[in-house]
Amino acid sequence: MNRAKALAGAAFAAPAFALMLALLIGPLLVLLALSVTDYRLGAMAVKLVGLGHYAALFQDEVFQRALRNTFLYVALVLPGAVFGGLGIALLVHARVRTRSFYEVIYFLPVTSTLVAMATVWQFMLHPSLGPVSAVFAALGMAGVDLLNDPSLALGTLAMIGLWQQVGFNMVLFLAGLSAIPRDLYEAAALDGAGGGIDRFLRVTWPLLGPTTMFVTITSTIAAFKVFDTVAVLTKGGPLGSTETLLYVLYLEGFQYFRTGYAAAMTIVLLAFLIILSLLQARVIDRRVHYA
Amino acid sequence: MRRRGLLGALLSHAVLLAGAVLMAAPFLWMLLTSIRPPEEVFGTVFNLIPTRFAGYENYRVALVESNLPRALLNGAIVCLGILAVQLLFAIPSAYALAKLKFRGREWLFGLVLFGLCVPIQVPALPLYLGLAQAGLLDSFFALMAPFFLTVFGMFLFRQFFRSYPDEVLDAARLDGMGEFEIVWRLAAPAALPAIAAFSIFSIVAHWNDLYWPLIVVTSAERSVPSLAILAFRDSETGGNYGALMAAAAITTAPLIIGFFAARRAFLRGITMTGPR
Amino acid sequence: MPTNRRPPAGITLRGIVKRYGPATVLDGIDLDIAPGEFLTLVGPSGCGKSTLLRTIAGFEPQDEGQVRIGDRVVDRLPPAERDVAMVFQSYALYPHMTVAGNIATPLEMRRLSLAERLPLLRLASPRRPRIRREIMAEVEAVARQLDILPLLARKPAQLSGGQRQRVALGRAMVRDPAAFLMDEPLSNLDARLRVQMRTELAELHKRLGATFVYVTHDQVEAMTMSDRVALMEAGRILQLGTPAALYDTPASISVARFIGSPPINLLPAEARADGAIMTEGLRLHAHGALPAGRVTLGLRPEALELAPPETPGTLPVSLRRAENLGAEWLLHAVTPGGTDLVARVPATAPVPERFSLAIDPARLHLFGADGQRLVTRLGLRVPA
Repeated sequence: MNRAKALAGAAFAAPAFALMLALLIGPLLVLLALSVTDYRLGAMAVKLVGLGHYAALFQDEVFQRALRNTFLYVALVLPGAVFGGLGIALLVHARVRTRSFYEVIYFLPVTSTLVAMATVWQFMLHPSLGPVSAVFAALGMAGVDLLNDPSLALGTLAMIGLWQQVGFNMVLFLAGLSAIPRDLYEAAALDGAGGGIDRFLRVTWPLLGPTTMFVTITSTIAAFKVFDTVAVLTKGGPLGSTETLLYVLYLEGFQYFRTGYAAAMTIVLLAFLIILSLLQARVIDRRVHYA
Repeated sequence: MRRRGLLGALLSHAVLLAGAVLMAAPFLWMLLTSIRPPEEVFGTVFNLIPTRFAGYENYRVALVESNLPRALLNGAIVCLGILAVQLLFAIPSAYALAKLKFRGREWLFGLVLFGLCVPIQVPALPLYLGLAQAGLLDSFFALMAPFFLTVFGMFLFRQFFRSYPDEVLDAARLDGMGEFEIVWRLAAPAALPAIAAFSIFSIVAHWNDLYWPLIVVTSAERSVPSLAILAFRDSETGGNYGALMAAAAITTAPLIIGFFAARRAFLRGITMTGPR
Repeated sequence: MPTNRRPPAGITLRGIVKRYGPATVLDGIDLDIAPGEFLTLVGPSGCGKSTLLRTIAGFEPQDEGQVRIGDRVVDRLPPAERDVAMVFQSYALYPHMTVAGNIATPLEMRRLSLAERLPLLRLASPRRPRIRREIMAEVEAVARQLDILPLLARKPAQLSGGQRQRVALGRAMVRDPAAFLMDEPLSNLDARLRVQMRTELAELHKRLGATFVYVTHDQVEAMTMSDRVALMEAGRILQLGTPAALYDTPASISVARFIGSPPINLLPAEARADGAIMTEGLRLHAHGALPAGRVTLGLRPEALELAPPETPGTLPVSLRRAENLGAEWLLHAVTPGGTDLVARVPATAPVPERFSLAIDPARLHLFGADGQRLVTRLGLRVPA
């Protein structure tokens, strides 16, 4: 019996394992190998460069700027995505009849094709044809070009990112809110914490702690991987002010075909993601103990 | 008390409505522009509601004078192809991870956990080289292959199967079912909610994906929705904002309609990466 | 349900040993279950009774020993080929199938080929409709016997606990197996339903004439339904016998303590070389030689009778609490030596404020220092 089960188990796992070798493990090993060579797509001769690419990354102005831009983007999106999501969730959670209406509206950007919606945003932000500039003109700020001003472009992308992400977080927070037992609020009310602020500080916020941590990290990872809006709206410009990690990686790997260098960059990206994921795993672990 | 409650409700509605307008504005703008005639798009006079319905010509341009229908069809093929292979591989392996003891199980699960933090951008470079080597770039296979493996699906289904009662499995074995039949006749039907949620997650992710198609697709024949929008915008018709918005609306429509039709499943599917 | 039912099969276990890592869960079990017998494996949780049942079914192959069902050694056979049916504690119904589908499954697995069970492909089989009709007829026959005919189209989630129980029984019965294995099938039911299902299971056993191996931790279930009971502890069978034998002649203190509710009273006593046994100021006499030393007296609650206070040759006790069970009283009392006793006496009169408890020496059980039963006849010496 147990032998038969072991046999079936191995048979069921083998195809998935083969896929894993072909699509994950194998490519990762190739990537590591590439990152220490000067390989360029189509090149005839390949030379070992050791850790040269990694050293170069820390000298590379473009990469450094991309790193700064990415972190700045995360910093711009994160507070709004987390606290905005929480605030909306709190308000929506309290609604009864209109709850699903708001849920739908706020979630809409999450489901929609970002490339298409980015195109819509581009049109909305068009300096002469878009409604946003019309509003700006009415406010006495005529001529503000949100996507083509180096000091504003990244912030504008961040606003679009926020627009897209906040509904996702709202749903996560709503799930967290419904998991809080009613009794706790009733107990808190009996204990004298009946007011809205007391209820929030004594019950809601502490019990949402794990959800909040989780949302923070998922939002960080999502913001970290910003690519679509950059590729569609700014192509890294103006003046490189919106070049982000993934966009630079895409350029190096698939436009300039500096494969070895891009491989090293990918490894650095993976390192960031692993750190974030480890954080996330720790948070999920904590959740388990919490429950 | 009641007065304060009423005031609070009004206030919260005001905030929520203001936010909702911001969230919905691009969609409204997209729809309104998609039926707006060119003279109003470029005109000096601004009317929120178009004075002349130009939806027919805008949508006709989007659908007939562009590559969009082809791209939509390709998108559907790619999404369904990916999903079918994902389920075919992920369900049995997840069942094995959850319910069968075999050598290397802990290792495999460790790899699954590791795979969870590796996005497509990481193996993209070697996969691209491999596909180029094999002469498979710009093919359906190239579009789909990297996503055949879904560690997320394996993880999700494993969690689901773990809570499946062992006694039912034993009863099935006693009734004469082999493990193959247990997977497809018992475990998979029981996991239907998870499969539905995962399917939505997968379809949404791949319908909207830009990074990988941008890398492997070079011809219009293999274009997918996200690429088609880009191409449309950059082509000479790109100045035709009415048609461009119509194209954007068409591209977004399938998922949004799906969302309205199966709201709960969508919320669960897309936020599945969340805590629960 | 085929009318020409096959004769039931006996089950023979020889030297069954099962280990999990360093722990020995089954420690050399020998057991002969007669064809058509209702045998119950009973014992505290962790005694190995469920493991033994799962070994018979083939889910947990033994490390040593042999299992024989009928005249076949089944050690190398997978569960499905052992020709046994099992009813599980959780009923283990297939949640996405209807009641009819659940009951039909074991027959479909046997009579249809794999191709005929696969979606779409199965439509190609010309003989499938006929076989399906035969199967459904048998399913309905079983459902009629179990009184669940109106439920056939429902899903398990729409059924009550008792109804699920019957469906699980139906799924077992429809196979007409060589033996029925039941793993605590009543423990998920509420108390009233449990009593009712006890009767029904016993009647079902009589009607089917099949071999039942029944696992429970509830000694009442064991005593009320079984032909024989095997009492297990720590991977061994402590005693095998009819319910009456286990109750009336327990082989050890462990058996005596497990069987009977309220549990047997145990009085520490001292055996002397001259055959006298002293406890609580009473002097008993053993007819026959006894080794001197510490012994234990076992008294069933009904072996104690009310006596006027300070009657010679009785136990002077003080009452702690009296429980009125309607027809009888349960008197919780304590001896001068500090031992708690429970007496079951008819509720004919109000309980007197002070009383003694008289012992019927013929109904006493005597256990040696090792806990094993000492076979001897006892007398009571009443001081003049």
